[in-house]
Amino acid sequence: MTVHNLYLFDRNGVCLHYSEWHRKKQAGIPKEEEYKLMYGMLFSIRSFVSKMSPLDMYAESEGKDGFLAFQTSRYKLHYYETPTGIKVVMNTDLGVGPIRDVLHHIYSALYVELVVKNPLCPLGQTVQSELFRSRLDSYVRSLPFFSARAG
Amino acid sequence: MAIFSVYVVNKAGGLIYQLDSYAPRAEAEKTFSYPLDLLLKLHDERVLVAFGQRDGIRVGHAVLAINGVDVNGKYTADGKEVLEYLGNPANYPVSIRFGRPRLTSNEKLMLASMFHSLFAIGSQLSPEQGSSGIEMLETDTFKLHCFQTLTGIKFVVLADPRQAGIDSLLRKIYEIYSDFALKNPFYSLEMPISMKLKAEEAGA
Repeated sequence: MTVHNLYLFDRNGVCLHYSEWHRKKQAGIPKEEEYKLMYGMLFSIRSFVSKMSPLDMYAESEGKDGFLAFQTSRYKLHYYETPTGIKVVMNTDLGVGPIRDVLHHIYSALYVELVVKNPLCPLGQTVQSELFRSRLDSYVRSLPFFSARAG
Repeated sequence: MAIFSVYVVNKAGGLIYQLDSYAPRAEAEKTFSYPLDLLLKLHDERVLVAFGQRDGIRVGHAVLAINGVDVNGKYTADGKEVLEYLGNPANYPVSIRFGRPRLTSNEKLMLASMFHSLFAIGSQLSPEQGSSGIEMLETDTFKLHCFQTLTGIKFVVLADPRQAGIDSLLRKIYEIYSDFALKNPFYSLEMPISMKLKAEEAGA
């Protein structure tokens, strides 16, 4: 069980942060294009899901989540979006269950605390803060489903 | 209803078969007096609620019927424009039925092709070697399962998130497809399937 990589996007599609831990196959396109492709795919999946959904997304209570995750034969992509449009995307392998609370923690305890509340960190562009990078790295490594052994 | 719909997509991304079986969507009918406290707008040939959510009428719901008579896109059954009709105080009080709009067959075609592309992108962005495309997509209201055959045909099933056994259902649908469509000498490959037998088997 392992985490492959993590993306953080803002509401305009700017990739705020990307880190990888165990990634065996690169996309074959430059990183900038990969971020745009990932963001575009997620945007399309969200609109696809809201059209396809047989029930109202907001039928029972306000704040239903919409798209949560997808999986292929080799990896699982987990998605979490905040009401402000910040998207946290994590690729893990297949053995991992729902990790919405983990993604929420990355947003609230790491991104909000270390980047948003930092007056020296400009929002709307890639996060330069080394503190954020290292805290995020140690948090992900401490997760129960992260194993240091690749694969 | 545990299975909501079944879609079969060909190699090129075109929809060749589609079956819906979910219960009718929640609708709300209310009587209004002038002026209307909802903001309506025209979108994609339908009149949708843009603002003014209340009492079961939500943003994104479409006008389904006025005074009990079904609405035809943006025109009433008599051929008058809905927005014009609702803008005229002489027509009030009026009873309007709102609900989630059903997908038109054009929209289903578009969604099937959209899924075809997303399936391929899912495989391209994979951090692991040899990944297939999207096999299962999870949301809080439904789960979408996809099975791609060796020939590139995709069988897509939308079901309740708690429903089990969809994988064997997908294999069974593939079996039915090969029995009824492929063994039929009059069926040309990759074309839309319209056989009743297939529909009955799939509904079972």
